[in-house]
Amino acid sequence: MSIWVGKETRLLVQGLTGREGTFHTLACREYGTRVVAGVTPGKGGTTHEGIPVFNTVAEAVATTGANASMIVVPPPFAADAIVEAADARVAVIACITEGVPTNDMVRVKAFLAEVNAASGPVRLIGPNCPGIITPGECKIGIMPGRIHTPGTIGVISRSGTLTYEAVDQLTHLGLGQSTVIGIGGDPVNGTSFIDCLQAFRDDPGTEAVVLIGEIGGMAEEEAACYVAGNFKKPVVAFIAGQTAPPGRRMGHAGAIIAGGRGTAADKITALEAAGIAVVASPADIGMKMKEVLGRN
Amino acid sequence: MKVHEYQAKSLLARYGVAVPRGEVTDSPAEAREIAHRLGGRCVVKAQIHAGGRGKGGGVKLAKDPEEAYSLAKSILGMTLVTPQTGPAGRAVRKVLIEEALDIDREMYLGVTLDRGRGLPAMMVSKFGGMEIEEVAARDPKAIVREVLDPGLGMFPFQARKLAFALGLAGESFKSGVGFMQSLFRAYVETDASLAEINPLLVTKQGGVLALDAKMNFDDNALFRHADIKEMRDLGEEDPLEVEASKFGLNYIKLDGNVGCMVNGAGLAMATMDLVKLAGGEPANFLDVGGGATEEQVKNAFRIILSDKNVKAILINIFGGIMRCDIIARGVVAAVQEMGLATPVIVRLEGTNVDLAKKILRESNLKITPADGLADAARKAVKAVEAMR
Repeated sequence: MSIWVGKETRLLVQGLTGREGTFHTLACREYGTRVVAGVTPGKGGTTHEGIPVFNTVAEAVATTGANASMIVVPPPFAADAIVEAADARVAVIACITEGVPTNDMVRVKAFLAEVNAASGPVRLIGPNCPGIITPGECKIGIMPGRIHTPGTIGVISRSGTLTYEAVDQLTHLGLGQSTVIGIGGDPVNGTSFIDCLQAFRDDPGTEAVVLIGEIGGMAEEEAACYVAGNFKKPVVAFIAGQTAPPGRRMGHAGAIIAGGRGTAADKITALEAAGIAVVASPADIGMKMKEVLGRN
Repeated sequence: MKVHEYQAKSLLARYGVAVPRGEVTDSPAEAREIAHRLGGRCVVKAQIHAGGRGKGGGVKLAKDPEEAYSLAKSILGMTLVTPQTGPAGRAVRKVLIEEALDIDREMYLGVTLDRGRGLPAMMVSKFGGMEIEEVAARDPKAIVREVLDPGLGMFPFQARKLAFALGLAGESFKSGVGFMQSLFRAYVETDASLAEINPLLVTKQGGVLALDAKMNFDDNALFRHADIKEMRDLGEEDPLEVEASKFGLNYIKLDGNVGCMVNGAGLAMATMDLVKLAGGEPANFLDVGGGATEEQVKNAFRIILSDKNVKAILINIFGGIMRCDIIARGVVAAVQEMGLATPVIVRLEGTNVDLAKKILRESNLKITPADGLADAARKAVKAVEAMR
């Protein structure tokens, strides 16, 4: 079992014909994802690597029944791509693009809320994220497929490579994953920790969750609050940026400790108060999960 | 990206935000002329990117053009130390000469992103001149906020709400409402991430003006603001960080001695944490990104090494997209070019890892391999200790 993507997922790629788009789409297809369409305005009617290309998302959805999109377009065009996919009621939209202006995301969020209020449901994952993968079934994004293995641990993270690190540890310890989601490192994003936790709670195939947060914002504190009241499955967490200086943007636009809020210490305190097992070292994520599940 | 006060004010003025009359200069003689044009009495303000300038002696009142000349002369070239610059301070290269106004009240007004709501919010407080974080800690009720929608703009009723909260009345109420609406428009249209007016000035004549102005901009949106991008002052940034940005590297200098080269921002932060856990101090944050070239790796290495505090280098790569062999080639090339006195600890995982290890081995360079995250950090910290 898994959440949001699986064998039934039919993927379209916005930005398929670009260099990056092609590279990652082929890796997804190789992993076993059903890639049914690409969208590049002006290249409709052609095929690219055997994948039919359409001018619009609506056309691609109508023709191929695509129900998920991977967005790999340059930052200035990302907001438009997300909105186009949402307008065509694509259920899962994973925006990989890094560097989308915050104001664009503010507008995108308003549009998504309207779509979801009217008919929906559409879900945006990202932007600035590795994507989402249900091991053995469907990979949408730029994560290395081979480190994953099917299983029962859900993984949610604001970081890319740190997620790979956690997944790799889990796999080596014989702990497979149900679904792994990178929610992205930007201050305004589509899917929150809580959205993922809710889905994992309702997924009988998920036994426990790894949550990887980082400094900045209040998302981890909110997640802790949610877990305390609503989440009975075990959670292991790590917060990156315990040593980060205040006021500096640490790579991710969202990773700034502003005005003494959003520090790693605050987040760790909140998570621990909610009964979450927080590891101080990112090297201990896998071992801690094994311990929590009593599989030593 | 940050800009100077005089730049923020020039941008705000374009949107109809009221600012005091003034001009910027780097010459005392010109300061005298500007003061003359402003009518004599004026304020001389040091232009650096850090706040707290008044406390450091960088903001002075001049009673006539002669005093403006002498104040500008003493402030220009001085190293200004404020609570925000750190003990090293910042050199002052420009001063803003502004008209002196009759102050009735000073208040606070700021716009920034409310991350929880995913929308911008405007905050006001009656306590002008105080850091908003300090006000929030002491008396949270003293801050009144209004969440705004950039698509809809700031409605007059929203501005009125904040103006009432500030206790504005009569002429200043009218000016205040207009001021807020203009400020919000400026915030949205310039893709700012922060627009802070502290203090917000109410004059005895009922005018509302930005006595100080701080604006930060969303780096991701600079591609559509060529004019703002040009305002970047490299002199205010760490030279190594400027150098790194030329090569598309994300580098932030810190105070420790373990240099770090990592791919991915989250893993880079986690690597710094690991160094600290192992008893060391990271010298920097450095993310080479997902698709770094051999050339970038080489430059990253060079930049880390040009920090004289660095006693060991920890390279931690989890190659998802990033191929480990590219990292290995870059490291070997850099070491061969620069010579190597500093111990290098390398932890590689992921795509083409075996090829990478072979490249490092065959280079015959003194590079210490590490297994896993914790081992790498331990070895790096040990190497630093061995150097003592």
